[in-house]
Amino acid sequence: MASLVIAEHDNKVLKEATAKVVTAASQLGGPVHVLVAGQGAQGVADAAAKLQGVEKVLLADDALYAKMVAETMETLILSLADKYDAILAPATTNGKNYMPRVAAKLDVAQVSEIIKVVSADTFERPIYAGNAIATVQAGAGKKVITVRTTTFKTAGEGGSASVEKIAAASDPGLSKFASEELSKSERPELTAAKIVISGGRGMQSGDNFHMLDKIADKLGAAVGASRAAVDAGFVPNDYQVGQTGKVVAPDLYIAVGISGAIQHLAGMKDSKVIAAINKDEEAPIFQVADYGLVADLFKAVPEMEEELTKLGY
Amino acid sequence: MKVLVPVKRVIDYNVKVRVKADQTGVDLANVKMSMNPFDEISVEEAVRLKEKGKATEVIAVSIGPQQASETIRTALAMGADRGILVKTDAEVEPLAVAKILKAICDEEKPMLVITGKQAIDDDSNQTGQMLAALLGWAQGTFAHKLELGDADAKIEREIDGGLQTVDVKLPAVMSVDLRLNEPRYASLPNIMKAKKKPIAEKTPADYGVDIAPKLKTLKVTEPPKRQAGIKVKTVAELLDKLKNEAGVI
Repeated sequence: MASLVIAEHDNKVLKEATAKVVTAASQLGGPVHVLVAGQGAQGVADAAAKLQGVEKVLLADDALYAKMVAETMETLILSLADKYDAILAPATTNGKNYMPRVAAKLDVAQVSEIIKVVSADTFERPIYAGNAIATVQAGAGKKVITVRTTTFKTAGEGGSASVEKIAAASDPGLSKFASEELSKSERPELTAAKIVISGGRGMQSGDNFHMLDKIADKLGAAVGASRAAVDAGFVPNDYQVGQTGKVVAPDLYIAVGISGAIQHLAGMKDSKVIAAINKDEEAPIFQVADYGLVADLFKAVPEMEEELTKLGY
Repeated sequence: MKVLVPVKRVIDYNVKVRVKADQTGVDLANVKMSMNPFDEISVEEAVRLKEKGKATEVIAVSIGPQQASETIRTALAMGADRGILVKTDAEVEPLAVAKILKAICDEEKPMLVITGKQAIDDDSNQTGQMLAALLGWAQGTFAHKLELGDADAKIEREIDGGLQTVDVKLPAVMSVDLRLNEPRYASLPNIMKAKKKPIAEKTPADYGVDIAPKLKTLKVTEPPKRQAGIKVKTVAELLDKLKNEAGVI
């Protein structure tokens, strides 16, 4: 049972999410191939070829795939689907965008955001914002799966798969990329960071998030936010951690001024260690926090910066 | 142009979810049910299009038990013109929902279908994309902003790295994200008016769609519980614990 993993990348760098999906795909038991669809993405394909467990990399290098637009990804993946029993992608905004189109055309159910491979056709996935875990068995036909990458290990390097160039598939001509505004940051990506510090409504303004930036810079952390903080316009949408935003599972998650709504907990409760700073000692965030500090964040956060400096960070 | 808005009846987002002891699912007995919050945003966007004179008619569709007609009434009270209830007591997977919606689109010929990006019960995030694929239409998922023309639309989308804009040809499917708009509350006069608006009742069989599930749910369990830890008194103590006890900084 061969699997095809769709690589996540920005044409320059292969994202770690791909290496995690390779791990999930390996657990299905058969050979694993990786599809890199992009433009000027030879380097990405070479990186994918080094992942352990990958037997072959397919590179579709064409302007059509520069931004992985869903309609063009659909025809490309479908043109390859015959040879595979399972097709997997990370549950990134890209994977979530194109994969259901593939599943629909193959007339199979998509298994969304799996967190565990139980067997080649049985998977665990969170439902109701992670308040329940469903074990589901896929029926006959190909398996189309998106993978929640936080729960799978990163496949190691040291492989030496071949890279095969493949032709572009037809252009359905339905849509095209127009423009993008990407947040620029020197810090690690939220979903890949070892430490995440997030602010909530308690931060009161976007300017106040700079207090978290300073801590993040000292710790090499990423900065996130609750939905309330994003809705209030303090920070952009890509900061959002939660059921409908990003799911993170860093070694350390520091929640600052976040009450701990179910929807937020869904996005971070698998973190190894959770620390929370909130002035309301009844805040639900303290029920999941390993270390809770009941304090005014406007005093505690600057103090944390000072203390970290003293400690040599 | 006609705009079609699918709406789903789900457990209210404020309700604490309880897994059934026999592991067959989540307890929905005597639990408050509401319209999926993302679908409220879809309805709002469609109604705004009508108010701006862009849409001529807004049709709300729900697939579910008889009570899903209440969800349609909510959409009608917000300003949708009429409803279609596709009645079934069975659980309907996203693909089957997409097939029913496709059949409705073939009949109604909307230029735009606006869906929520995901339902907060099964968190699948599939239906809009599947519908677009089955219809052979373009899609703009996770929409943050819509500029609707006569033959095309500009859709700004929330993506992992920030925002992305795509140009899509109409007809198209758009799935909405949280910040597209703020849904209105229906006023009492509009709730009264909504009672007179028509809701057609159909069944999946009327559309020739087999809704038998393709995924088998073997069991539904509680996630591992996280225990509350300790409270620390000072920032210095917190950092000491993080550094020396947890070893994470």
